[in-house]
Amino acid sequence: MLILSADIGELSWDLLADLQRLLHYAFMRNAYLAGTLVALAAGLMGYFMVLRSQSFAGHSLANVGFAGATGAFLFGIPTVIGLFLAGVLAAFGIHALNTEGQRESQQSDIAVGAVLTASFALGFLFIHLSSAEYAANVYTVLFGNVLGVSLVDVWIIFYATLLLLGVLALIARPLFFASLDPDVAAVRGVPVRMLGLIYLVLLALMVAIAVQIVGVLLIFTLLVTPAAIAQLLSSRPAVAATISVILALSFTWAGLAVGYFTPYPVIFYITSFAFGTYLLARLVPLAIHSASTVWYSKKGVNV
Amino acid sequence: MLGQPSRRGHAAVGYVPQRRHFEADVHVRGRSIVRLGLDGEQWGLPLSVFSRNKAREVAKRVQEAIDLVGASSYADRPIGQLSGGEQQRLLIAQALVTRPRILALDEPLDSLDLRNQQAVAGVIKHISRATGAAVLLVTHDINPILAAVDRVVYIVHGQVAIGTPEEVITTETLSRLFSTPIEVLRASDGRVIVVGHTEEEVSYHAYPER
Repeated sequence: MLILSADIGELSWDLLADLQRLLHYAFMRNAYLAGTLVALAAGLMGYFMVLRSQSFAGHSLANVGFAGATGAFLFGIPTVIGLFLAGVLAAFGIHALNTEGQRESQQSDIAVGAVLTASFALGFLFIHLSSAEYAANVYTVLFGNVLGVSLVDVWIIFYATLLLLGVLALIARPLFFASLDPDVAAVRGVPVRMLGLIYLVLLALMVAIAVQIVGVLLIFTLLVTPAAIAQLLSSRPAVAATISVILALSFTWAGLAVGYFTPYPVIFYITSFAFGTYLLARLVPLAIHSASTVWYSKKGVNV
Repeated sequence: MLGQPSRRGHAAVGYVPQRRHFEADVHVRGRSIVRLGLDGEQWGLPLSVFSRNKAREVAKRVQEAIDLVGASSYADRPIGQLSGGEQQRLLIAQALVTRPRILALDEPLDSLDLRNQQAVAGVIKHISRATGAAVLLVTHDINPILAAVDRVVYIVHGQVAIGTPEEVITTETLSRLFSTPIEVLRASDGRVIVVGHTEEEVSYHAYPER
C-alpha cells in the first residue's frame, strides 16, 4: 500500500481524468476485472446461501480454505487448487453430517464448527512447517490481496466464474424449489440431496476464487451481506438476486476506487460499504415504522 | 392412474403434504412459490425469461390458481409473514397451478385455528366444484370438513367403511368401527357432529356441553 501512495496523486474530481488514473496501472485493471467477476458470482451464490440459511456452512468452507491455501504452498501446488480441494472435502463432510436436509440442526452446526476449528489448526501447522517468508503471506490468505492479482489469476477466475455461472443457470430453478420446500420438491422429482451437495461444491469453487480478493475471513462481505440486503428489499426472487449482484459489484468497485486514492486497504472499504448499507437497510424500515407510529398517534389514530 | 402408469411427479395429480411452515425470515413472495408448482422441478432457466408470451401465459396460470384459493390480496407478500391459513391456501394454489385432475391433501386443516379451518374447508369445496378435480384428503378430524365431502372412507384397525357421509357417519357404524361409543349428532341446520364418548376425545372441535 505504501508504494502506491507515492505517485498516485490527488483526486482531481474530474471524473474522466480520475477514471484514467484509476485504471492506469495493470494491477488496478486486474483488480477491477477479478473483483467484478468474483462479485458477480458471489452475489448470485449468496442469494441461495441466505435462502438456504447456510451462511454458517459457507463460513466453514471459507475457513477450511485457510488450511487449503497454506497446505498448497507447503506441498508446492497452486493456491487456487489447494483452496478448491480443501473446500470440496469440506463440502462432502458438511453434506454427510447434514442428514436433516437444508436447515442444519444444532448438532450438525456443532460438528461443522469442530471441523472448521480443526482445519484452522491444520493450517497453522502448515505455516509452521513452511519457510519463514511464507508466514508473512498469512495476511494475504486471511484478508485477501486484491491489488496483487496477476493476469493469469484473472484468467483462472474468469474460467471458474464462467463454469460456476453455467452450472448455476442449469440448477437454479430446482435448487430454488429444493431450498424453499424440500418435501414438495422431492415429490416432484427434484434430487434435493444431490442439489445440496452440488451447491456446496460450487461454493467451494466460489471460495477458491474469492479468497484472493477478500480473504477467508472477510468472504462474507461479498457472499452474504449483499444477498441479505437484497432479500430485505425485494421478495421477488429474480429481482432480489439482481439487486444482490448489483450491490456486490458496487461495493467492490467503490472499495477499489476509494482504496486507490487513500492509503488504507481496499478490503476495509469494501467491507465497510457493505456493512454500512446493511445497517441502513435494517434501520431505515424501523425508523419509518416508528416515525409513522408517532405520526399516527399524534393524529389520534390507533395502529 | 387416469389411464396412465403411475409415477413420481404425475402432472395430473396435485399434492400438498402435511402442514409445512415457512419460517418468518423467508423473504420470498407467495406468488413465486405458487409458480414453482408449474415447472419448479425443471432444469435450466425458465422459458418465460426469454419469451414475453410465455411469461404472460405463466403469469395467467399462476393468477388463476391464486384466485381459486382466494389469496390475491396477500400473494405478493413474503410468505414468511403470512398466517398459517394464508400459507396453506398458497400451498394449495401451488398444487393447483398444473390444473390437476386429482388433488391430494394430507391433513390440510392440521394446526389451523377454527376460523381458518372453516375458511380452508370452504376453499377446498370451492376448488372441487369450480375445477371438477377429485379432491382426496386425509384428516383425523372430520367435523370442519364434513360439509364439503361427498364420500368418506374410514380405515380403522384393518376395517374399512366407505360411502356417503349419511351412510357411514352414524352412531352405529362408527361405534362398531372404533369399538368405542361414538355419538353422531345432527345440528338444527342439518350439520353432522361426531362426538367421542370416552374421556380421550376423538374430536376436539365439538362441544358436547353446549
